[in-house]
Amino acid sequence: MTKTPEPCCTPQNGSEAYTVGPLQSGPACCEPEPVIRVTNLSLRYAGQPALENVALDIYRGCITALIGPSGCGKTSFLSSLNRLTDLIPGCTVEGGIEIDGRDVHDPDTDVQALRRQVGMIFQKPNPFPLSIRRNIQMPLREHGVRACTALEEKTEAALRDVGLWDEVRDRLDAPALVLSGGQQQRLCIARALALQPEILLMDEPCSALDPLSSGVVEDLIQDLRGRYTVVIVTHNLAQARRIANYAGFFWAKERTGTLVEFGQCRQIFEEPAHELTAAYVSGMRG
Amino acid sequence: MARRNPRFLRDLLLALLVWGVAASVAGSFLWLVGDMLWHGAGQLSWNFLTAATENAGRSGGIGSILVSTLLILAVAMVVATPLGLATAVLLSEFVSPGNRFAQLVGLSLDVLAGVPSIVFGLFGMAFFSVFLGLGFSILAGGLTLACMALPIFIRTAEAGLRAVPDDWRRGAAALGLSRSAALSHILLPAATPALAAALMLGIGRAMAETAALIFTSGYVDRMPSSLADSGRALAVHIYDLSMNVAGGDANAYATALVLVVLLIVINNIALWLAQNLLQKRIAQS
Amino acid sequence: MILSKPSISSPSRADARLTAALALAATLAVGILLLIVLFLLRESWPVLQRVGVLRFLTDPGWHPLEGMLNLAPMLGATAASSLGAILVAGPLGVASAVFGRYYAPPAIAGLFRRMVALLAGIPSVVFGLWGLTVLVPRIAQWQPPGASLLAGILILALMVLPTVALTAEAALGAVPESYLRGAAALGLPRSGIILGVALPAARGGIVAGILLAAARALGETMAVLMVAGNVVQMPASLFDPVRTLTANIALEMAYATGDHRAALFVSGLALMLLVVTLVAAAGRLGGRQLHG
Repeated sequence: MTKTPEPCCTPQNGSEAYTVGPLQSGPACCEPEPVIRVTNLSLRYAGQPALENVALDIYRGCITALIGPSGCGKTSFLSSLNRLTDLIPGCTVEGGIEIDGRDVHDPDTDVQALRRQVGMIFQKPNPFPLSIRRNIQMPLREHGVRACTALEEKTEAALRDVGLWDEVRDRLDAPALVLSGGQQQRLCIARALALQPEILLMDEPCSALDPLSSGVVEDLIQDLRGRYTVVIVTHNLAQARRIANYAGFFWAKERTGTLVEFGQCRQIFEEPAHELTAAYVSGMRG
Repeated sequence: MARRNPRFLRDLLLALLVWGVAASVAGSFLWLVGDMLWHGAGQLSWNFLTAATENAGRSGGIGSILVSTLLILAVAMVVATPLGLATAVLLSEFVSPGNRFAQLVGLSLDVLAGVPSIVFGLFGMAFFSVFLGLGFSILAGGLTLACMALPIFIRTAEAGLRAVPDDWRRGAAALGLSRSAALSHILLPAATPALAAALMLGIGRAMAETAALIFTSGYVDRMPSSLADSGRALAVHIYDLSMNVAGGDANAYATALVLVVLLIVINNIALWLAQNLLQKRIAQS
Repeated sequence: MILSKPSISSPSRADARLTAALALAATLAVGILLLIVLFLLRESWPVLQRVGVLRFLTDPGWHPLEGMLNLAPMLGATAASSLGAILVAGPLGVASAVFGRYYAPPAIAGLFRRMVALLAGIPSVVFGLWGLTVLVPRIAQWQPPGASLLAGILILALMVLPTVALTAEAALGAVPESYLRGAAALGLPRSGIILGVALPAARGGIVAGILLAAARALGETMAVLMVAGNVVQMPASLFDPVRTLTANIALEMAYATGDHRAALFVSGLALMLLVVTLVAAAGRLGGRQLHG
């Protein structure tokens, strides 16, 4: 099987694009730079281990897909990255998560600033019961953006980014809940993008959508590559294969999940090192 | 067939018994309501609702009684609402179910809900009227009713807040919003119908109350000029007319009719608000 | 549900202040109960200390102005009226629940439920008024004087019946459908399914509802005060006029002073203990869903 080198990020994404080079074994134009470093991470719910011994690096500007069967701790892992695990009673996290060299679970970490830096999109679109405009502007205001013009500009920019501007520009004050599922999910992405995060965590962002909307959102995620670092949990192996640069495969043994294998997407799908991975990606297990 | 007969007989007996009980319960209810309408409706008029009481209530209207009732309810809800809302928010948003303090609060609310109204009356008199020196006053009565209405208000408001989907809490947290921001922009507005229902139920509980008021807000049937005046609530008026005033029965029934109609209206508003919330949620999912 | 560990997830100042304010409000809400107990104790302490508990049961009678403080007749009346009310309302309430759940056609069941809910919402003073003007004269025609333990029992029963019916109906509704289908598949007749499967399965909730109803009957003041005659005597027959603890407080508090007043607070304290015990027992039996 021949492997053609594939650039991680498409250069035409503009001058802001991170220049992460080809990810295959070929010569790299520059070294992949880890933005999140996870070492020896364990996570427990009320003492019951849900995730053990996870170590991986997430590279800047790339899309990293986390795959594996349900209940193997992918979502828990994702939530530990922006400390959304704090919201779950009895959940404890051990081990190291560093984002840009700062320890996420340090008690002195400003959680609100962290969550602004690390946006998150959920499986079920969750726009607030407010107008489309307020959905984007309310979080901005809470983060200190007060000037009216700045708010309007950021709203338009974020909605354009997700391709929603032309669909909603005439009804920004309509309730967000009247939008279709796919539009709602794109609004949620716009809401996160408006805060100018560095990293976007996505927890199966397409699985609650119809195939058409799912395709639109998937294209949107592709467009985010380079400008944002994306970590996406997905059950859809084909989707992971289409969009991801890196992939991590989680598997649960006796209800405790762990990371079985992590590597470049192509390698995980085509030359998995672990037989569990091979069985899963070929559809024989899970 | 012979084997089935006793079974058939038992089925029939139970059915007869159950239908009989239901009919007699319904009969008593209709009898009660019918009497109330029969004796009370004739007295009702705009004049009855607005005029002052005369001749110890035998004639005249219930204008001053209605005003006193409204004032007592207003005092009760002005005090109970912020306190209850804050407690409900704490219980639903800020503490985990296993939290000791939350359990203590929950337990004492359940106990408070079970305390007999006459005991509230004793307490209100000893604490508000005597200890705090408020005397027989609308203020003392209202404060006593605030204590009484607190448990049902808190429990309903708490349930309403818990019914707000977690998706929004998670979404707000993921956007780095503070919890105060999430509460004021999203959670409280979303729970508004339930909070209003809680308020209505609290008012209903307070309005039906008699025993807690006879030693706190007192019997005076004049138009109150301030919150420090004694004022007679509708329920107390009914009690006084029927027990202490010979020939007051007709006006007692008319007042009872007014009270029950008000309560039904309030309860239906609460019900409508709660269902409205439910339908909204169904429409969203 | 979603929560946060307060220690780590309230980093913002505003949140910390909000949490403190909420905790203060909740403490106040708890404080009310403490304050009630405290003031009942404070007001009844002089007589408890000087007279002791025993004399409330052994004094020759209730003549508070002469220092005779026997509460036994009132206790007896309270016990008799509540017990009687429960004996009447318990079976009727459970039967009403069975009617609403298994016998009534849907439209009638809905109407019936609304009616029971309405009955639950009628203030006690209105029950008292009706009992006084309708029920008492009818009993008087038959067994004078009319205002009697029986009138008290009937009015109380009507008042607490909705409590029994609504909790029992909720408990029956919580019985898994599979039990009923299983019983029907065994060929049990309808009465067998209801008496043998549904009611036993819902036992916990039904008993809890009856305990709550008993607590309500014990604590009820106005309705019994208005219909039961208010004569201080141990009830000997259903037609005797009696005075319950609650009615005694309501009647005498207005003019009581000194030991007399303290004795009334003692009866309030006793009532509160009784009722709280019953409510707690009901809560244990029926689980938390009863308090919603």
